[in-house]
Amino acid sequence: MSTSENKIVFDNVSKFYGEILGVNRVSLEIPAGITSLVGPNGAGKTTLMNLMTGLLRPTRGRLSVLGIPTDHPEQLFRKVGYCSQFDSFPRGLTGREFISAFLMVSGFTRKQSDELTERALDRVELLPAADRKIGAYSKGMRQRVRLAQSIAHQPSVLILDEPLNGLDPMVRAETIALFKQLAADGLHLIISSHILHEVDMMSDRVVLLNNGYVVAEGAIHGVRDEMDVEHPAQILIRCDQPSVLASRIFQHGEVVEARVHDDRHGLFVKTRNPDQFYLSLNEVVAQGQITVESIAPVDDDLSAVYDYLIGAQ
Amino acid sequence: MSANAETFQTRVEIKDAGFALWLRQIGAILRLELKKNFFGKRSLLVYLLALMPIGLLTLVELINPIGRDTNQLPTIFSIFYNSMILRTVVFFGCAWIFMNLFRGEIVDRSLHYYFLSSVRREVLVAGKYVSGVLTSIVLFVTVTVVSMLIVFFSHYYTTSTRFFFEGAGIKHLFWYVTITVLACIGYGAFFLIVGLFFRNPIIPALVLYGWEWINFLLPPLLKKISVIHYLNSLVPVPISEGPFAVVTEPTPAWISIPGLVIVTALVLFAAGTRIRKMEVRYGSE
Repeated sequence: MSTSENKIVFDNVSKFYGEILGVNRVSLEIPAGITSLVGPNGAGKTTLMNLMTGLLRPTRGRLSVLGIPTDHPEQLFRKVGYCSQFDSFPRGLTGREFISAFLMVSGFTRKQSDELTERALDRVELLPAADRKIGAYSKGMRQRVRLAQSIAHQPSVLILDEPLNGLDPMVRAETIALFKQLAADGLHLIISSHILHEVDMMSDRVVLLNNGYVVAEGAIHGVRDEMDVEHPAQILIRCDQPSVLASRIFQHGEVVEARVHDDRHGLFVKTRNPDQFYLSLNEVVAQGQITVESIAPVDDDLSAVYDYLIGAQ
Repeated sequence: MSANAETFQTRVEIKDAGFALWLRQIGAILRLELKKNFFGKRSLLVYLLALMPIGLLTLVELINPIGRDTNQLPTIFSIFYNSMILRTVVFFGCAWIFMNLFRGEIVDRSLHYYFLSSVRREVLVAGKYVSGVLTSIVLFVTVTVVSMLIVFFSHYYTTSTRFFFEGAGIKHLFWYVTITVLACIGYGAFFLIVGLFFRNPIIPALVLYGWEWINFLLPPLLKKISVIHYLNSLVPVPISEGPFAVVTEPTPAWISIPGLVIVTALVLFAAGTRIRKMEVRYGSE
């Protein structure tokens, strides 16, 4: 299998709405696992997702999903499921009818559709409400029935636009667990979300977008590492003698800045080479005198990366 | 939420391919669309439109029940059919039904569910078109038949029975029904593509309406670029179009029927090409 046949590939893709920029010159290769699209409103997350699913056509460039061009829906949607943000449904249908009807439109027989519908509704725990009209569903239930519809045909690629919106905390946690399970099964999951700690918790990779451009992409820690020169890594060391620790570690070259915590029981350190710094810290601690309670990176998460790359703009 | 991977281990594959698959998909689209066409909120207007000629005829028969020359009944019905049923009810009914097949879904923001299914978009066009044709035929053929029965049988039972069972009545009915069916097929294709190309399909619909009405004034060549010209050629009782009409030889049925079907096929082909490139951008609609 060639590389593009198991990846989602954007090759210099641009999308303009008239003169308004949607996304510009996007080149990405997205492998299996959970990839999150992160960015402020209008950054181009939904545009990218709509391009991936053929709801939009690129103004320039080419893209394919597992080797399938996006203008061949009959092939594409055997492998792709899309849970969009559009909170609307065909009128008058129950949750079960909605999922089953569109499975049959895809070509499944009635028997197959009924079986797949049952499984999908079970998976999102919507079976008790399956025979109620969607019009009577709560926002969370509508979100779940959309999710069920997108996974019902057992896709290899699942694209989810803000899938956690409207879900209560319990269901949110369960949904994240479901996504992780699907990714473990080998699916590609492309998720957009603006809740950074949730993205951080579930994503293997992130694509940061701003004003239609890809600002950064890759594993969160990899992206953070690449920013060490401009934004040195911050580490908080909880210890009994922060001032002494500061003087000792400054003898090593890796530290850019050190500041004692306001409660005088910790030391903030900025370094451009965290790996080397941890080795040096081991040496200092091994000498005795200083008791270290904990060591934790302060800005090695998506929120910090987002702030550095996008928040400042 | 069930994170059990077991449910995804047994893959269910789509059976068949090619024509057999497309037929099954069209069947699925039909089930969804017919339900909407007959029982959706938008169908109310079509029902009102369809009831209009029946109501009008009933009213006329109640107010002015007798005194007509029974020999004139075929001409009276022909005029009524041409002006009220064909040019008004069938035309605007088809406009409403077929333009809403796609435009209605864009307004409701539910078209993307079709676009996100593994179905060729051309098959989607075919499925929706067939649903529109079935809906309009059921409604407007019923209107045609009931209207004819009211005109002939409300007060002139004996004469009309003779006309239908010993004269040309059944043949007339057959041709009126045929014209209605062809009108649904022809206008349907036109309005379907209008709904795909135009954000506000009312304007092109009114332009076609005007074009169809002035057809009798047009020179022979331009007359042929219309639906009504071919349909009028099939009317069993020709009616006078007035002193200003440009009289042309009616097109024979063996040309007008296949001609209309071929033009319809071409329009549907164009609709299929258009929908292949169509984007879903509800915000800009």
